[in-house]
Amino acid sequence: MRILSEVNSMDAPVKEQPKEQRKLIVSIGPHMHDTESTSKIMWTVSGALLPATLMSVYYFGLPAIMVILVCLVTSLLSEAGMQWLLKKPVTLSDGSAFLTGLLLALNLPANAPLYIPFVGSVVAIMIAKQLFGGLGYNIFNPALVGRAFVLISFAKIMTTFVAPVSTFMALDAKTTATPLVLLKEEGMVKLLEIYHTKAALYQDLFLGNRAGSLGETSVIAILLGAAYLMMKRYITWHIPIPFIATVGILTWVFGGKDGLMTGDPILHMMSGGLVLGAFFMATDYVTGPSVRSAQVVFGICAGALTTLIRLKGGYPEGVMFAILLMNCFAPLLDRGMRSRVFGKTAVQGVKK
Amino acid sequence: MEATTVKAHDTFSGGVHPADNKYLSAHKPTVSAAIPKRVVIPLSQHIGAPTKPLVVIGQEVKKGEKIGETTGFVSAPVHASISGKVVAIASFPHILGVDLPGVVIESDGKDEWVAGLKENSDYNMLSSEELKKLVQDAGIVGMGGATFPTHVKLSPPKEKPIDVVILNGAECEPYLTSDHRLMLEKSKEIVEGLRILMRILNVSKGYIGIESNKPDAIEAMNKAVAGSSDVKVWPVKVKYPQGAEKMLIKAIAGRTVPAGGLPMDIGVVVQNVGTAEAIYNAVRYGRPLIERYVTVTGRGVKEPKNFLARIGTPFSQLIEEAGGLTDAAAKVISGGPMMGMSQYTLDVPVIKGTSGITVLTKEEVSTKPYGPCIRCARCIDACPMKLQPSLIGVFIEKGHYQDAKDYNLMDCFECGSCTFVCPANRPIVQWVKKAKKELAKKKN
Repeated sequence: MRILSEVNSMDAPVKEQPKEQRKLIVSIGPHMHDTESTSKIMWTVSGALLPATLMSVYYFGLPAIMVILVCLVTSLLSEAGMQWLLKKPVTLSDGSAFLTGLLLALNLPANAPLYIPFVGSVVAIMIAKQLFGGLGYNIFNPALVGRAFVLISFAKIMTTFVAPVSTFMALDAKTTATPLVLLKEEGMVKLLEIYHTKAALYQDLFLGNRAGSLGETSVIAILLGAAYLMMKRYITWHIPIPFIATVGILTWVFGGKDGLMTGDPILHMMSGGLVLGAFFMATDYVTGPSVRSAQVVFGICAGALTTLIRLKGGYPEGVMFAILLMNCFAPLLDRGMRSRVFGKTAVQGVKK
Repeated sequence: MEATTVKAHDTFSGGVHPADNKYLSAHKPTVSAAIPKRVVIPLSQHIGAPTKPLVVIGQEVKKGEKIGETTGFVSAPVHASISGKVVAIASFPHILGVDLPGVVIESDGKDEWVAGLKENSDYNMLSSEELKKLVQDAGIVGMGGATFPTHVKLSPPKEKPIDVVILNGAECEPYLTSDHRLMLEKSKEIVEGLRILMRILNVSKGYIGIESNKPDAIEAMNKAVAGSSDVKVWPVKVKYPQGAEKMLIKAIAGRTVPAGGLPMDIGVVVQNVGTAEAIYNAVRYGRPLIERYVTVTGRGVKEPKNFLARIGTPFSQLIEEAGGLTDAAAKVISGGPMMGMSQYTLDVPVIKGTSGITVLTKEEVSTKPYGPCIRCARCIDACPMKLQPSLIGVFIEKGHYQDAKDYNLMDCFECGSCTFVCPANRPIVQWVKKAKKELAKKKN
């Protein structure tokens, strides 16, 4: 274990004391510390996902619970197993594996057979996280890598969604397309045929009464958790707001069938995994940039990529790939957009 | 306790808000500590060349007698703080954590001043050079903790004209209240000290920067200034490290010290309020710096107090006078908990830069292991110098000192804000100190 006192011993060795005196702790300052900790952050973010998790159970019933459980258990076991194999300290209590498992579950369809959350979790934790060095060293958001893997491997299942159900056991679940699929393949007319008015459509999107991945459907539940995190300053506006705003603006300009400026930004901003992705996945500390101005650029670029995939790509939804692609650029953005050092007249480039 | 709020001026960006815990001692008037039976007066109490002893073992000395002579310009003489007999000249534990040469004096109980101290009731007639000489001979150094010899700061090269003098009464270190008490109890002397500084530097604008959590000190200083136009009391926002020179200049003068530069580059000299008071005593009464305000505080002492203590008083004596250590006491810090240095023995003496002794309890001292950086950006937001401590820390952890330097390692003034906020408990500022040492070694 790397511990603080080991660092101290390099610079200021702890000296032996005369016997009559009490032992004093000696270390290099600061001698005070804020109350935040990595595990507190991870568990709080997991807690902020509770509203979205509960809504998914409300809408999709027992199958949702099964998916969530499999994801959580597999993630925790994968983390512990991999750390044991790599002879590293097992750090399940830091909450990061739990959070990855929960996020992955919220990104899967409720009707997925249970080997899908299992495979997704194993890929997320073992490959995307631990093989890259574990917490803090992974380049790509593990939950999204897990989802990308199962989406590509089991494309058919992963794009078959069920409508929200009326009974908890969800025996009468019937498959249906998500609003974005309907919009892409049949247009706004078809959507209005189902929901009758735009207001009813928006309301169902806002509350989450639509087909989709577990946790992405209920915008209100996600926003509730996100607001809490923003209040605690665990996340800031710098990534999610530009992300969502960019999707809104670009889909309004380019998203309509009748020429420029005829798209439906509200529909686009509330559907797919955008709200969940922007507030809970793009804001992942490890895989995003940490310089504030770089975060804004990250958000805008992710929004632009999402729109590009949604409007021109082969998939109806692009949030996942947009974030994963932008993850690659996070370190570069950090390097390129460092803020000016206090008292320096110009940002000095790094000589390499 | 402090119901009134003072409107504070704008300040630097970044910084942190540690619990200040000043209520432990802020309301307690300063008491004179007992005159120690035996003092250890280190021959080096400042940044710069150590002094060489002027006394021999067995010699009788009087209070205020010079016992250590400077060996260079960046140095300050040291004086006996009690009257008595020199009993040893050897190496003794110093607050820096190593043993350093010092003179031990055993008190004769008379506490007599040395003869020949020259009072100047009309010091306004003295020239700038004469005043500076008095400051230099009194052994005055920066009393906020940096201990840089004051006369050096008062001798800027000709091409760097000074037009602003700022007194630092921010006292942003948590726990410490010695400057606070000094401003309440010696406000007139501080203002006079500031005026002497302004005369030496031929400056017409003086400011006293005080964090707005000390409304009574602001009021007292305003009263002492009494509406005169040359000196202004300037309330600044409560934020660590507001008392750092560069940050205080930014808040008061609106000027930015260039990276790698000094305040004098932009026409500013900053001195601690305690230094100003010492300057007044030196100029008006001819008294060298032999005592200072010391806060003994923290939950590890039974009765936190503010003392006027002689230089050379052992920590153990002041802690005894503050009721002694509690059972839970675990860490004794010379200074405050953010930038202070923890001590392994209580035999270390008070020196010119000792603003306080903070004793923390076991519960307050963290010995948790540190984890990997999760790149949460808290340190980036906290850094008053706008560095990227997270990245610098990762570089140093892997031994890449040059990379850390490329990311402006050298601009860090080690305030520790990054380390204070780090949720992974990473010892970033400790690494920075280590890297600077390693880089210096490579250079030589």
